[in-house]
Amino acid sequence: MACAMPSTRRRRSDKFRPEGVEVSEPLLTVEDLRVAYPAREGGMTEVVRGVGFTLGRERLGIVGESGSGKSQTGRAILGLTAPGGVVTAKTLRFDGIDLLSCPPKQRRALRGGRIAMVLQDPKFSLDPVMRIGAQIEETLRAHAPISARERRERTLQALADTGIEDPARVAALYPHEVSGGMGQRAMIAMMLVAGPELLIADEPTSALDVTVQLQVLGVLDRLVREGRGGKGMGLIFVSHDLRLVSSFCDRVLVMYAGRVVEEIAATELHRAQHPYTRGLLNCLPQLGAPQHPLPTLDRRPEWLNP
Amino acid sequence: MNATLQPPQTIGLRAEALRVVFDGFVAVDGVGFEVAPGESFGIVGESGSGKSTVLRALCGLAPLATGQVRLTGRENLPAPGSKPFRRQVQMVFQDPYGSLHPRQTVDRILAEPLAIHGIGQGDEREARIERALEEVGLGTGFRFRYPHQLSGGQRQRIAVARALILEPQVLLLDEPTSALDASVQAEVLNLLEALRQRHGLSFVMVSHDLAVVTHLCQRLMVMRGGRMVEMLSAADLAAHRVQADYTKALMQAAAGFVRAAA
Repeated sequence: MACAMPSTRRRRSDKFRPEGVEVSEPLLTVEDLRVAYPAREGGMTEVVRGVGFTLGRERLGIVGESGSGKSQTGRAILGLTAPGGVVTAKTLRFDGIDLLSCPPKQRRALRGGRIAMVLQDPKFSLDPVMRIGAQIEETLRAHAPISARERRERTLQALADTGIEDPARVAALYPHEVSGGMGQRAMIAMMLVAGPELLIADEPTSALDVTVQLQVLGVLDRLVREGRGGKGMGLIFVSHDLRLVSSFCDRVLVMYAGRVVEEIAATELHRAQHPYTRGLLNCLPQLGAPQHPLPTLDRRPEWLNP
Repeated sequence: MNATLQPPQTIGLRAEALRVVFDGFVAVDGVGFEVAPGESFGIVGESGSGKSTVLRALCGLAPLATGQVRLTGRENLPAPGSKPFRRQVQMVFQDPYGSLHPRQTVDRILAEPLAIHGIGQGDEREARIERALEEVGLGTGFRFRYPHQLSGGQRQRIAVARALILEPQVLLLDEPTSALDASVQAEVLNLLEALRQRHGLSFVMVSHDLAVVTHLCQRLMVMRGGRMVEMLSAADLAAHRVQADYTKALMQAAAGFVRAAA
């Protein structure tokens, strides 16, 4: 199965890779990542405060409440921090490329090409006046110099890969004509069509029904293991649902107020030490194990600066 | 003021053969159930199963083609569609970001139902607004804020306060926590449970999350394609005593992701 990826992508990445970099290096290295926005009172407010982790070809979960900085971490890696935001890091390296100092043109080539992001709600993140097929082809047009016919074929193949049975019909539809689950599959197809090596999924299933959630997760899981012609890819899965993440990912980072408070293997989650992690786990109602009232999180100021 | 000190007079609700049709599309087809006074009843199903439409039909927001809704538990209860009925049956909507007027303060949002039903004047209204805020755990400091100055959980508390300010006996909840974080969801669920016990309310709650519904409700109905699939007690569900394949699929989904064998 290995090394059957004769795409232009591989060659392009080799051109950008500095010489002497070991191939065994992790796909993504993040060290002391900080994101700050201007505060209304003047000065800057840091929303991500020194996050660090490495990622190989694995599934990493980032979990936290609203405002914990989990989405900002994902966006900073992709270079999608909102205007005004300032991103700094000791290291932010993807496959040997320093993301913060590389030229904007190279960053653009990476974004959507080798690094892609699935957003939360297909209703708001797909272009409402563009057919689904055309939106997917747009990714290829930007990232792969191939003929229109090949583009069309790869678009339909990407839709089929996400479990859509009738790709030609779906490609001709507008986003408002498909259900939420179908829209999210189209979104995933759009992100995967260029064969990314790193996929950042920001709450990809939160807007979906529970039954559809599992189908979409199944699609993601298969693509992470077998995508790109069997080479697999790295996945960062951002969510507020610790149970869902732990059933899906290999490793989980728990974030609180812009910092990682605990990093733990998904299978070891029941042995989590940090009270915040335990709180996130226990606050979900469970079938067959009623708790009245549900335990709620207490958020202690001393966790801000561990 | 004495009204709140009396033991709560609980009211239930009966729905018979509800049928809702939109432009020839049958959204709800022959659904009937009974909610005993003080009971908490759940409706579970996927998007498009008609669960929210049932809820809207109960309070008159969706047109009934056939079937009827009646309040039960006491003599001389108001008929559906009347103003006294709407005072007894209030609804909390799914999305706290969409259900509060963005250009009105919390104070005005809470004063609106009082004005519509002609309850109280001046000082009495103010007292009721402050009491409603205390009740949902927000305090009077929130009275003159705008919705955009509140977090998602705080907004949903305001939505609950707006429903409760009329002292209704039946509360219709349309996915009250699905737009909230898991940790905030726990707080809102605890609040709803405490309020139900304190006021003897009857709940009809709609959700796609089985675990949330069983947490709050004693009985539940599973819906699909506008029809009832199964009627269950929460105990049945917790003990996995379910009949329909669809309910089993929902239960599996609630348990989390299971990797297909590689």
